Amino acid sequence: MTPEEKDGTRGSGPEALDSVGWTSAYTLRLVSADAPIELELGGRMGPIDVEYETYGVLSPRKDNVVFIAHALSGDAHVAGWDKDTDKNGRVWRQRKPGWWDAVVGPGKAIDTNRYFVICPNVLGSCYGTTGPASIDPRTSKPYGLHFPMVTVGDWVKLHARLLDALGIEHVHAVMGGSLGGQQALELALAFPDRVERAVVLASSARLSAQGLAFNAVARYCILNDPNFAGGDYYGSDKGPDAGLAAARMLAHITYLSDEGMHEKFGRRLQRNIEQKAGFGIEFAVESYLDYQGRAFVERFDANSYLYVTRAMDYYDAAAAWGNGNLVEACRRVRANALVVSFDSDWLYPPEDCKDLAMALARTGVRVTYAEVPSRFGHDSFLVETQKVGRLLRSFLAH
Amino acid sequence: MSQPRADHNLVTDRGLARLPEGLFEQRAAAIVALMKARAQRPASEPASLRWQEEIISREIPMGASVLDLGCGDGFLLERLIRERNVRGQGVEIDPDQVFSCVDRGVPVIQADLGAGLRWCPDKAFDVVVLEETLQTLQNPREVLEEMLRVGKRGIVSFPNFAHYRVIIDLAARSRMPVTERLPYYWYESANIHLLTLRDLLDWAGSSGVNIVSGYALVDGAPRELRADDDLLAEEVLVVVERT
Repeated sequence: MTPEEKDGTRGSGPEALDSVGWTSAYTLRLVSADAPIELELGGRMGPIDVEYETYGVLSPRKDNVVFIAHALSGDAHVAGWDKDTDKNGRVWRQRKPGWWDAVVGPGKAIDTNRYFVICPNVLGSCYGTTGPASIDPRTSKPYGLHFPMVTVGDWVKLHARLLDALGIEHVHAVMGGSLGGQQALELALAFPDRVERAVVLASSARLSAQGLAFNAVARYCILNDPNFAGGDYYGSDKGPDAGLAAARMLAHITYLSDEGMHEKFGRRLQRNIEQKAGFGIEFAVESYLDYQGRAFVERFDANSYLYVTRAMDYYDAAAAWGNGNLVEACRRVRANALVVSFDSDWLYPPEDCKDLAMALARTGVRVTYAEVPSRFGHDSFLVETQKVGRLLRSFLAH
Repeated sequence: MSQPRADHNLVTDRGLARLPEGLFEQRAAAIVALMKARAQRPASEPASLRWQEEIISREIPMGASVLDLGCGDGFLLERLIRERNVRGQGVEIDPDQVFSCVDRGVPVIQADLGAGLRWCPDKAFDVVVLEETLQTLQNPREVLEEMLRVGKRGIVSFPNFAHYRVIIDLAARSRMPVTERLPYYWYESANIHLLTLRDLLDWAGSSGVNIVSGYALVDGAPRELRADDDLLAEEVLVVVERT
């Protein structure tokens, strides 16, 4: 028995046989300052650096690419253990592997012995790709709210540029959950000839009114935090932490289901609460949200939250590609599609996901639509790794 | 909702008198004779449950587009994709079965057939298959109509509730029949709209639907459907199209 086996780290740490192990991100200047790209909502942008990670080996024919798009608060660190936390300061990554580690690795559902996995961080986010916290070359100060509005369409154009830079013409599959699912759909719409399979998890062609409303409240919390300072808080020792934490707490409520929350927390009180006496953290569910809020402030930039939620709000595949008609838009798609919803998801409810699947089916492309029973709400696409993994493994294999 | 039928040949205690003289006795005797004749024979090998799939595979042209309504675990579509190079699409309500379809590489949409096929344009498929599913549906007539709207042809199969053993089981035991092909007790059966060969032919006749070809499972073996198979056919498979 090795020491690792003894202390139980086998099967979970970077040395585990099914882990991609220690990872290191790449950064690539995809857009130079002298050749900026046109943005969908107007204006030009350059330079743009993109941070991305890859796992596995690109085949000589370059036909084994699985492109993963991350969700709202995600990053390029899909799997494995970040080797560079000392340099990049992302110390929270020392505690846990990438956000989809259960699904991506040697022998796992997205088998890195077989596939070459790529995931970039999106424009406007805060994990190495150019965003509001990056230095604006015109002012030599952080962009803040001078950062231009970016869209899912812009992200996907950059995704295509990244593929170009890596010499990859076609992807075996593009996939993502939530906002990542919309990028997968958008890549299949904008570059139909480059996508063989598209997987859209817990996502649809556009966010519902309820989803827009949640994002509006989240931004209100940030914009009205006394420390927000018009987005120009980078030099200050106080940022809009309370606003960002509140935004994250709200978001977490939307990621769970009523049933899941009841099961996980019920009306339980925290252990150290002896009597109900005020407005502190008393219930277990309060403690959970408080922790999630605080942890998020450590790792996310409030301005990025504004930009990325706005991109999420604006995305509307039917408007972008079909004059408001989703079926017309879907006629562009050449990829085989897998759309998966979760019955307890109320952020991207099954009916909305199904509308997308049905629109795709109507155009005659090969579509699979599965509504997975789960009590984990929107989070299911991250949590139901057995079920989601089985669907992904089989879908990629055919 | 459909109206109760005020019917010409409905058999009530009074109506029995209106049946052609001796018809009922004649039918009853025929059923008993069938049973006795078959009791003398050596038991036939039970037919493979997949007998229909042999026929369906033969009936479907190479390269056709096929929609399988209630496709279960995708076994049939996988075979059609492999052997007949079809463009296959399944529809199935049970999530476990949907997972099995994905494992087989069969495209499947998880949906309730009762909700219709609004997503599917007219005549989008060369063939639409409704294998052993009709009798489980909440609204079978609407699904049959949808089948012929979205498909150029339909293939429908179902257990024939007028098979002589079913009739005898019901008559002799006064309980819902439990047979090899209808193996469930009434309270656990998914078969909520059982029908007979004649019922299907009546529907076709009154709906402008033409029977292109038909097959019956008789004494454990499949063969072409004959006009007088209504007591003998355990299962029926017909290919239909709009006239």
